[in-house]
Formats: sequence, structure tokens, C-alpha cells
Amino acid sequence: MSFITVLGLLPLVGALAVAFLPKSNEKLTKQVALATSVAVALVSILMALKFNTSQGGFQFVESHKWIANFHINYAVGIDGIALTLILMTTILVPIVFLAGWNESEGGRWSVKTFYILLLILETMMIGVFAATDIFLFYVIFEAMLIPVYFLIGGYGRGARAAAAMKFLLYSLFGGLLMLAAVIGLYVISTNQIGGSFDLTQLSHLTIDKPTQNWLFLGFFIAFAIKAPLWPFHTWLPDAAKAGTAGTSTLLLGVLDKIGTYGMIRFCMTLFPDATKTFTPVIITLAVISILYGAFLAIGQKDINSLIAFTSISHFGFITLGIFAMTSQGISGAAFYMVNHGFSTAALFLVSGWMIKRRGSSQIADFGGLQRVSPVMAWSFFLAGMSALALPGLSSFVSEFLVLVGSFGKYPVAAILGTTGIVLAALYVLIVVQRTLHGETTPGNESLTDLNLREKIAIAPVIAILVVLGFFPEPVLHAINPTTAVIMQNVGVSDPVAKAGK
Amino acid sequence: MNAPKLDYALLAPILIVLGGALIGVLVEAFLGRARRTGVQIGLALITVAAAFIQVIRIRQSGSSGAAVLSVSIDGAGIYIQGTILLLSLVGLLLIADTDNFTAQASAVPGSTQESAAIIAGKQQTEIFPLTLFAIAGMLLFPVATDLVTLFVALEMLSLPLYLMAGLSRRRRLLSQEAALKYFLLGAFSSAFFLMGSAFLYGYSGTLTLNGIASAIHTAGNNNIFLLLGIALLSVGLLFKVGAVPFHSWTPDVYQGAPTPITGFMAACTKAAVFGATLRIFYVALDGASWSWKPMIAVVAVITMFFGAIAAISQRDVKRMLAFSSIAHAGFILTAVVSLNNHALSAALFYFVAYGFATIGAFGIVTLVRDSAGEVGDLNRWVGLGKKSPLTAAIFGLFLLSFGGIPLTAGFIGKFAIFSAAYESGNIYLAVAGVLSSAVAIFFYLRVIVMLFFQDPTNDSVSVVIPSAMTRLAITICAIVTIVLGVFPSLILNATNTFALFTR
Repeated sequence: MSFITVLGLLPLVGALAVAFLPKSNEKLTKQVALATSVAVALVSILMALKFNTSQGGFQFVESHKWIANFHINYAVGIDGIALTLILMTTILVPIVFLAGWNESEGGRWSVKTFYILLLILETMMIGVFAATDIFLFYVIFEAMLIPVYFLIGGYGRGARAAAAMKFLLYSLFGGLLMLAAVIGLYVISTNQIGGSFDLTQLSHLTIDKPTQNWLFLGFFIAFAIKAPLWPFHTWLPDAAKAGTAGTSTLLLGVLDKIGTYGMIRFCMTLFPDATKTFTPVIITLAVISILYGAFLAIGQKDINSLIAFTSISHFGFITLGIFAMTSQGISGAAFYMVNHGFSTAALFLVSGWMIKRRGSSQIADFGGLQRVSPVMAWSFFLAGMSALALPGLSSFVSEFLVLVGSFGKYPVAAILGTTGIVLAALYVLIVVQRTLHGETTPGNESLTDLNLREKIAIAPVIAILVVLGFFPEPVLHAINPTTAVIMQNVGVSDPVAKAGK
Repeated sequence: MNAPKLDYALLAPILIVLGGALIGVLVEAFLGRARRTGVQIGLALITVAAAFIQVIRIRQSGSSGAAVLSVSIDGAGIYIQGTILLLSLVGLLLIADTDNFTAQASAVPGSTQESAAIIAGKQQTEIFPLTLFAIAGMLLFPVATDLVTLFVALEMLSLPLYLMAGLSRRRRLLSQEAALKYFLLGAFSSAFFLMGSAFLYGYSGTLTLNGIASAIHTAGNNNIFLLLGIALLSVGLLFKVGAVPFHSWTPDVYQGAPTPITGFMAACTKAAVFGATLRIFYVALDGASWSWKPMIAVVAVITMFFGAIAAISQRDVKRMLAFSSIAHAGFILTAVVSLNNHALSAALFYFVAYGFATIGAFGIVTLVRDSAGEVGDLNRWVGLGKKSPLTAAIFGLFLLSFGGIPLTAGFIGKFAIFSAAYESGNIYLAVAGVLSSAVAIFFYLRVIVMLFFQDPTNDSVSVVIPSAMTRLAITICAIVTIVLGVFPSLILNATNTFALFTR
């Protein structure tokens, strides 16, 4: 068994342990779940240390026959991009557990169910990034919707059932389109190499242009719904508003990354020609997403919707970076995914605490938090600064890389994207100013500051944002060789000599 | 004239079931009422189990002349027989709960005679021999290779079902109406089947499938008799599988029939009739595929979309499952159009995946009751997840399998059948299948929302404690659905080896 399998099985073991705990002892349930997730994080860090960053290909590869009749394998392996995303996931999960210590209570079902669902989800999140067999990827991609559906619908706020349904229907529709493409790919591989779902083998198929375009669209639309890109985004604000802070963190921070990750891993690797054909359209959609998300974020009255729309804007940046198809663009986009994960986590978790204390998620209900709860206010401020990509915080590095990487090929898109940064400053500063500064408005006088547990939860997130802002090198070091492999695979090279960093 | 040579070992599964059915009739005649139920249940289960063991024993052998030229025991035939027997075994466990059947079928609904029969504790135990007769017909249908034997088998499986559909204990008028409707329309479609056989005989001068195939090969395939024969034969078959536009009996019969019978009928009849349909089209009409492929393809697409869309507006759980079965018939029809071995293998897998989920789902339906019997109205199922989480969760599992969510058997079935369709060049069928699945998922989810995300209303609906046999049946179905979703190779190996019609 490779590292990855162990890593993937650990949360399942934890879920099983939780399942056998007595229902009445909620504290023990939470402790076991937290301990499991911490163990997973430690194992993943150990794996990262053993990872050879000078290589671009898959490492810790493992493959077993699963459904031999269809040439389906249980095949996993990680490269630099997958590694950083898995690390992000495994670090975020214990933070989410700790931050939302009480959010499992008052749901439709028991506390136990909440943690079992979350631990199963963690297994699937690791698996989806590690799968190198397309069938395995698809199975996890679809199956993971079920725990998320129950997490939003069972433990969320407001119109949670409707939001969960909307999320599920959008995702399933995208997934089914992808299924059609997966089937098509499999049949083509049957005709050419006797059938395979192995990513590397499939990337060597010769597929005629029209077919490639259709198959590409099948995959891309599924990922664009997941990511989400304008105009496939409408499910996201509802889901973000309805989910608990922890669920929303994982939904936007990790699950949505599967979309952008899939674009790199599957769309570009499998259909290089179609990728080039559709690049102009996708770049346009990405720019629209950047601006649309930013403009709508400015107008939001609800904190969670605001975060959701900022994410749509950020996913625009990530997509722009990917399809710019330069080494800075792709590396920047991959790094952006990690940063966005942590910065969204910070936003959702802190705003979750604010909302819980105030009993409202309307921006207008807050005011002058800086006086009553300075630590919470500063945390929110920092999270906001990370969202607007302040230099010195990690998101700045990635946003800069994306813009530099895309400017060479698509100057107009890059310039329009830059205005997105200006708008970002606007939407973040507006909400920061209204909620944190000024006179403490009625209803906010008695808000308590963060307690020790919450401080412990948010500290690593902020630390990561700051440290990676100054030393992005370790992460980029892991990502860059992978980027090189991908670019070579697509058959593109940087337009000019690499701009000095 | 010599006596026809019969290969008794190969025919044994059918003969065992027929023998069991005849003994069942004798039991009805000679055994006292007190012990009848127990004996009948035991007899039926033992008979089906024995027949299944015999199927296992003959799995390696085969012959295209098991009964002169009328029966051909081959890989696919043996596999389908095995499937039908296993499904019947589980179905019988549900049927064993005799509380679902009328006390005295001859008593007028609502009459004093009826209440007297109920008070006297009478039971219509004839249901068991009838089931066995139907099973025998189902075993014969997919292995029959001449048109007359096919017709006889079709009637043999249909007639007991017409009767059984009318035996519901509660809402008897609805049940009797369903039986009558099923009988009239079924008789009508049988006539179509017979008429089609006549035209095919007129065209080829033979009744055997092989003979028709060679006639198509030599005499050309653009003969009006051939085309009429194919069209009329198809009508008869499409009626039985519930394909649009011959589906209209399905929701009424599924709703009216006693629920265990509905489950048995939905699972086993589908396997048997699709088995025969596949054989007829693969073996006899292969050479004329240009003429029927477009027709069946259009029917398949319409069927899957109609089933999925019509299911959305259903308020009754049994009607919803009926429309879902219509949609599934559309999916399996794509295997007929694909006309390759992978499609056949996929269909064989689908029978198992769909059959067990169906019996399990109807098994759950028998458990949700109020004082007046089963509650079909979906609006009264709300909040079931709170009242009895396990029952609701298992029902949800079956729905997810119908919807084709990964890690359930239904997903593998869909994947197999769509990839075979794609492989055969009918890409549009695979795409249509995927899109209609998206529609279908909507109503499965709607039910899941009702079960889990709405609070129970304050009424008397409750989940009764299942009898041991019902519990066993549902458990088996749930286990099969999950295990085949995660480890489909367990069956796929068999479907691949057995996916063969001897010509």
C-alpha cells in the first residue's frame, strides 16, 4: 500500500470508529474525529516530505485491478499539483473541525452523523485528487456529492434543503455530461489499445478533431459547473449561504478546486488540440467571471453571498491562468488554488463566528467590531486582505503570476483581469469598513471575542497565508516540474523568455 | 414418426418448476387449510432453489436442440434462467407475507361474504402454484427458439400474472380493475405477437429463429411479409416490457396489483421478456437490422424520456416506480439496438442490478402502512427518515441505484449498457440515455428530499415491523445493490462468459 492509500483509508477508519461510539457522548465523538483528522494531516505532511520535488510525473503510484472486465483499476498517484491540493485539504479539515466545534449541533441528524459524513468526505477529497484512473475519478467525483448534499441539507442554515438540491442537480447534470465523455473515451481506447481508463495511456490516443471537441466539452462543462465559472455559477451563492461555515469552507475551498484541477489534469492532458480550440472562449468566460463576480460581490448584503461571489471572481483568475498556457500562468493558477483554499477558509470561518455571535449574516447588522472583539476583527481584516491579494500575503504571489503569465499571450484579458483586482479592493474594503470600523452599532456591544479554541483554529490559516506570501518557494518548487510536464504534453511553450520573478 | 428427442437434464429447471407447481395444485386440493400456507411457501421455495441448483449444474453444457428445434439452452439462456430463479426466490420471500392478498378472491369487495372470509382467516394460497407456473413460463420464454414455443411461453407467464394482479387484499376494486386492464391489453398484444409470427412464417416457411435468419440471408430482407412480421412481433414484445407507446398498462397494473406481485412481476418479467427479445433480434432478425434498428432506437429514446418525465409528476409511490421501470426499459432497449456481445453482457448485468433493486423497493413499499393498509401517497411518506431511518435509508439506496449514482449496481449497469451503445456506433443513444438519466435523477431526489428533509406530518403512517422473510428479502436486495456497485466483477465475469446466443 502506498502512502496515498493509507492516507485515504485513515479518515474511513475514523468514520468507522465514530460510528461505534455511543450517540449520547458528543464530546468524545468530536474528539475522535478531530484526532483522526490531525493524524491524517500529519501523515500527509510526512508524505510531502518524502515527495521528490524535482520530478514532474506521478509519485507514490499504486495500481490494482478493480473491474477487470472494463479495464478499470484502482490507480492512484500524485504529482506536485495534486500533492499541494491534498495537503491543503488535510490541513483544512482539522481546522474546520476545531473552528466549527459546535456547528454539528441543532442539525437535522445527530452529531455523530455529521462527523461520519465529514470524514467520508475527507477520504473522497483525497481520492479525487489522487486518482489516475478516470473511472475511479468519476466515481469519487459523483459519489462525494452525496455526503455534501446531506451536510448542506441537514446541518445548514435557512433554505438549506433547497440549496442542497440545487447544488446536487447542477453537479449531477455536469457529472452525467462527463459520463458520456468518459464512455466515449473508453470506447475510443477500446478500438485503439484494447480498452483502458489509465490517464497516461489515454493521453496517447489519437482522436479526430470533432470527437475531441465534444469529449472536451463533456469534461469541461462538468468542471465549469464545479469550479464554478460564469454562467454555470448560480448554485454557488445559495449553497454557500445555506451551508455551515465548515461545510462552506470545504465546499469552496476544496470541492470547487476539483473543477479547476480537472481542467488541468483531464481537459488539457487528454484533449490538447481541443483545449487550444476552445481557449479563446474559455478565456472570455474567465474574464467575465472575474468582473461579474467582483461587481456582484460589491452589491451583496449577506456576508456569505459576498464570499461566494468573490470566489467566482477568483475562479475566473484561476481559469485564466490555466488556459493562458504559460508556465507562470499554470503554476500561478495551481498556487492560486491553494491560496484561495486558505483565504476562503479564513473568511468563512471568521465570518461564521461573527454570524453566530450576532445571529445575523447581514452586513448592515454589524459595525465597529474592532472595539468589542479586536482579535476577531483583525482576523477578518487579514482574511479580507488575503482575498484582495495584498502584497505580502500569499494570494498576491499567485495573482501576480497569473497576470504575468497571461499578459504575454492575452494582454486584453490580463488588463481586464487587473481591473478585477481594483474591484476586489472595493468589495473587501467596503465590508471591512462597515463591519469592523466606526462606532459600535446597537446589537454589537456585547459580542465576545474569539476564545482559545477559535484562536488555535484560525492561527495556522493566517500563518500559512503570511508565510507563503514571503516564501512561496517550497510550494512553487513542487508545482513547477509538474507544470513543465503538462505544458510539454499540450505542446506549448512560453511565448518569450521567462520574465524574471 | 419417431418420438422427439428431449434432453431432460437441460430442460430440468423448467420441468422442476412445473412439477412443483402441479404438486402445489394438489396441496391446494388435499391439504387442510390450517397447514396449507406453510407447506405452499416451503414447497415454492424448495422448488425454485432446486431449479436454480440444476441451472448451476448445467452451466457448462448447452445444446441448440434441447427439445428438438424448439428450445436452445445456451450461455445467455442459462444465465437469464439463473437470474430469474434468484429474483423469484427473493420475490417469493415477499409473496410469503400472505397478509397482502385477498382472503377470498371470489367474494365481492365490501360484501358480507368478504368480511366473513377475513374473520374466518381464509387465504388464497393458490398464489404460490400460480407464481410457479409464471416462473416456468419465464424460464421457457428466453430459451425458446421457435415462434410457437415462444408464444406458448409468453402465455404461460402472462396468464398467472393477470390473475395474481387482481388478488390484492386492500383496495380490491383497484386491483381487479388492474387485472382486467392487464388481461385485455395483454390479450390484445398477444394477438399482435401471433400475427407477427404468422407473417414471419409466411415469409420464411419456418417457425424456428435459425430458419428465419437463414431465410433473411438467402431470400433478401426487403419483403413486405418480413417487415410486417417484425413490426407486429415487436409490438407484442414491446408491450410486455412496457415500452412507449405500449406502456399505458404499466402504471395502473403496478399500482393495483398486490405490492409483492408488482415487485416480482417488474423484476422477473423484464428479465424473461428482454431475454427473449434479445434472442429474437440477435438470432433471427440480425440480417434485417436495417429495418428494425431505427424503429427500436426511436422507441428506446422515447421510452427513456417519457418514463423519466412522466415520473416527475407522480404522487403515488408505486406509479412512480412504474414510470421508473418504463425508463429502465428504454435503457435496456438500447442493448437490443446495439446488437453486439458487450451489449448483451451489459443487459445481463442490468437484469440483476435492476431486478434486485426493484424487488427491494417494492418490499419497502409493503412496509409503509396506516390502518387501512399500504400508503401509496408520496406526500404521506414525508419525514419517514425521522420515523424509521433504516427503512428510509435503504429505500434511498434503491432510488440511488435506479438513478445510477456511482457505487451502486445501477451505475455499473448504466455504464455498461451506454458504453456498449457507444461502441456500436449509436452515440446518440448513449447521449440520450445520459440526458434522460439526468431528468430521472430529479424525481428520485425529490423522494429522497421528502424522506429526509421534511418533517413528518402528524398522521398515522408508520413502518410496520417486517416479517422475517420480508426482512431477509430486503436485506438481500440491499446487499446485492451495494456489493455489485463496488465489486461488479463478481457478476461481470459471468455475464461476459455467458453472453452468447447459439445460432
